[in-house]
Amino acid sequence: MKKYILKRIVYLLVTLLVIMTATFFLMHSLPGTPFDEDKISRLSAEQQRQIYAAYGLDQPVYIQYFKYLANVFRGDFGTSTLYSGQPVAGILAARIVPSALVGIQAVLAGLAVGLILGVVAAYRHNTPLDYLTMVISVLGISVPNFVVAALLQYFFGLKWRLLPVAYWESYASSILPSLALSFGVIAQIARFVRTEMLTVLQQDYILTAKAKGLSPAKILVRHALRNSLLPVITILGAITVNVLTGSLAVESIYGVPGIGSLFVDTIKANDYSTILGLTVFYSAFYVVVILIIDILYCVIDPRIRLAPAKE
Amino acid sequence: MESFFSASERGRNNKEFRNFTGNAAVQKWGQKMSLLEVSDLRISLRTHDDAVRAVRGVSFSLEPKETLAIVGESGSGKSMTVKGIMKLLPKTGRIESGKIVLDGRDITRCSERRMRRLNGSEISMIFQDPMTSLNPTMTVGKQIMEVLREHEKMSRPAMKARTLELLGLVGISYPEKRFSQYPHQLSGGMRQRVVIAMALACNPKVLVADEPTTALDVTIQAQILDLMKSLQSRISTSIILITHNLGVVANIADKVAVMYGGKIVESGTVEEIFYGAQHPYTLGLIASIPKIHGGSAELKAIPGTPPDLTDPPKGCPFAPRCEKAMKVCRLIPPEDTRITATHRSACWLQHPLARRAAGKEGNHE
Amino acid sequence: MQGMELTEDLFVPAEAGAGEREKIARPTRSGFQDAWIRLKRNKGAVVALVLLLALVVLAFLGPSFTRFDYYTTDYGAIFQPPNAVHWFGTDKFGRDEWSRVWYGTRISLLIAVVAAALDLLVGVTYGSVSALLGGMADAVMQRVIEVLIGIPNLIIVILLMMVMPAGIGTLIIAMSISGWANMARLVRAEILKLKNQEFVLAARLLGTPDRRIILRHLIPNTMGVIVINTMFTIPSAIFTEAFLSFIGIGLQEPKASLGVLINSGFQVINSHVFLLFVPAAVIVLIMVCFSILGDGLRDAFDPQMRT
Repeated sequence: MKKYILKRIVYLLVTLLVIMTATFFLMHSLPGTPFDEDKISRLSAEQQRQIYAAYGLDQPVYIQYFKYLANVFRGDFGTSTLYSGQPVAGILAARIVPSALVGIQAVLAGLAVGLILGVVAAYRHNTPLDYLTMVISVLGISVPNFVVAALLQYFFGLKWRLLPVAYWESYASSILPSLALSFGVIAQIARFVRTEMLTVLQQDYILTAKAKGLSPAKILVRHALRNSLLPVITILGAITVNVLTGSLAVESIYGVPGIGSLFVDTIKANDYSTILGLTVFYSAFYVVVILIIDILYCVIDPRIRLAPAKE
Repeated sequence: MESFFSASERGRNNKEFRNFTGNAAVQKWGQKMSLLEVSDLRISLRTHDDAVRAVRGVSFSLEPKETLAIVGESGSGKSMTVKGIMKLLPKTGRIESGKIVLDGRDITRCSERRMRRLNGSEISMIFQDPMTSLNPTMTVGKQIMEVLREHEKMSRPAMKARTLELLGLVGISYPEKRFSQYPHQLSGGMRQRVVIAMALACNPKVLVADEPTTALDVTIQAQILDLMKSLQSRISTSIILITHNLGVVANIADKVAVMYGGKIVESGTVEEIFYGAQHPYTLGLIASIPKIHGGSAELKAIPGTPPDLTDPPKGCPFAPRCEKAMKVCRLIPPEDTRITATHRSACWLQHPLARRAAGKEGNHE
Repeated sequence: MQGMELTEDLFVPAEAGAGEREKIARPTRSGFQDAWIRLKRNKGAVVALVLLLALVVLAFLGPSFTRFDYYTTDYGAIFQPPNAVHWFGTDKFGRDEWSRVWYGTRISLLIAVVAAALDLLVGVTYGSVSALLGGMADAVMQRVIEVLIGIPNLIIVILLMMVMPAGIGTLIIAMSISGWANMARLVRAEILKLKNQEFVLAARLLGTPDRRIILRHLIPNTMGVIVINTMFTIPSAIFTEAFLSFIGIGLQEPKASLGVLINSGFQVINSHVFLLFVPAAVIVLIMVCFSILGDGLRDAFDPQMRT
């Protein structure tokens, strides 16, 4: 198993490198500069050259690339042009907390509700409760997260005035964004758990448990749950992606000062360094999460953890 | 001129004849009660549009310390019969009619809760594939202890001791090590031993084994069968063995019931079936056993396929495939002919009228 | 049971109904026919299919139902709520929302379908070549896919969008570039699975040339996977386009797509919510139908779910 982990870490690094390289060269093949054209043109040629040099934009591309890589290893992502002069790493660090709060809340709430719905739906297969769960699940997956966010904002914020919608003021400001993001999570997990549970309930060992005289409750808790919940870990990766990408829209809509809204703003403003930094951050985050999930799964499933028998 | 019916009436009156009717009349006559008595059991599986009549009037009995083998092809109803006895039918399954008496108690219509108390303690069942019959995420020891925890009042250390004892009983070496291992860490034969240990943990009176060796290698098959036989005498359990493999039957059974199309077509002791089979289906099964010594090089098969039980044939279920089928076979389901006290066959060929018709033909030649 | 009397003449051998033994109870059906029949039984999927077709028809013919088109402005009639003249109301420039919504749907659908088609083309080719070549080539191609999948889709799309000139074509290319990896992986897995199955071995033993094996055996059996995956790629593409347009990176005014329309509606959420509701409802409807249809197809193609 250790070989497997090592292999995965190598992949992680390779992927990161590819992303950073691709992003870097993409950025630098863009026409135009990150600077405001008419403001720059008012400066003298000498001043322009100085500004360029300050941002390191005067050197050949490949040198900039290696310098960039070296900087990244030191944790220095350059400075932002949109937020003039502030180090990118600093901006990132400041904005992580709101995003983390909203994101983690969404995932946890989504997990809890989704699990319960899925289990109940499987147990009451083909009853109204099952169909209701399926409906919720389909809606949750189909309705785009930004639509959910917009609708939630309209109903809870504007029409009924229950929760804050615009500024990041108190904890309550995180409720609606988390709620909006959690719909997708609930839907995916409920559907997955339901399918897993239905499969598990068909298995022979459930019949064995019944033949042993166990009550349905005990069978559910001791045999069915453990085997159906384990695989949920495998879709946590997909869920992470959804929450990450969803956060771009949701944070913009609700004015959450997080990484998602930062990404959107800097893309519109062509703030190269920040975009680069954010891309690296997102990719690294995603890849690390996947790695953790894989390792976790190896550890928890006894079939993988312990080697199979030799006859 | 004997009529068939009076012969059977006389059979019913005969006290020697005990084994294969489920009539309440038998009990009235003060017979010794069998351990398990199944009378005219009918089970169907209901889906939206169809009903599959899986078991169509099965009757048999099981004595203490006896091994009954139920033999048949897939779809003959053998699994459904025993699952019906233990109330382990799928959601669509239903016992339409009949009677099941276990140890003097009528359990035909008993509640699921009552059945749960019996399952695992008085009557237990093992299934075909040991890999999928065991929970892959629970240790072997825990799974065995679960049965004890459910039915016996024992302290934890006592349960663990008993579990280790059981593991040793079924021939697993290093029981302490195996106790905390997971099913996938054991070989196929060992897993089936664990399953047997689980089933016998509470000393049940009846052990039902649904094709216990089909998923195992041939050499392991023999070991498992030997194990079951030796355990039977040690623990005084009766065994119902379900199989499609006659070779297995010869090894360990006392009585045999051959099922086809949801009915028992022939039943008797092992010797009677193997050496004196009467029903064409049984004869076909025996003939299709490959013989190493002598015999032709060609494998004999029974041509055709089993009947569609959503629309069962009107007469004998085997008639469409039977070479000796007569007109009556397709029209009326055959009645049991009692060949000896223990040997019965449900075939019109054994009916006196058939013998007479054959006799006439013989005279013409 | 005792309906008939037992007479001697019944006990003569019956005519051998040889055909009866081998009688097959139900008629045979091909794989696709079987899947189609099963799909039809799934009422939800049928409804979804019908709705979807209706939406597609509306997307192309909808604007012609009224006398307005999607771009003509009318400053005297701005922000009208839905009424008898303008069925969906008007937007901030007085343009007819009905026409705009259906025009936008058309754009969104076109983008999604073309992107999915490209995705399919590249993915299927890459996946099948990889599976059929096997060995070293396959291993290398697989590594590439794994790295690509490790990168979040959206990032690739966003970066590409920034680099290439803005427009529909760019959007389509960007979305396909990020999407084909998944299809390639699925196709490869399916072909590998099929390649090793016994019916392929049997075909080889019978002397079937490779080309025939590929065409007659491998590809038809892979179709199921391809169709199902496409059923999910299209809504995914619709979502991606709408998402990007919504946050301002995809299409923008004056071009109209569902994402752009939802964004415009969102801008005026305080006052004219209907401009948000209508395109939102349309996109939700489309996504839901695809989802149900996709699930139905997946169940229909699954050989283990025969009733």
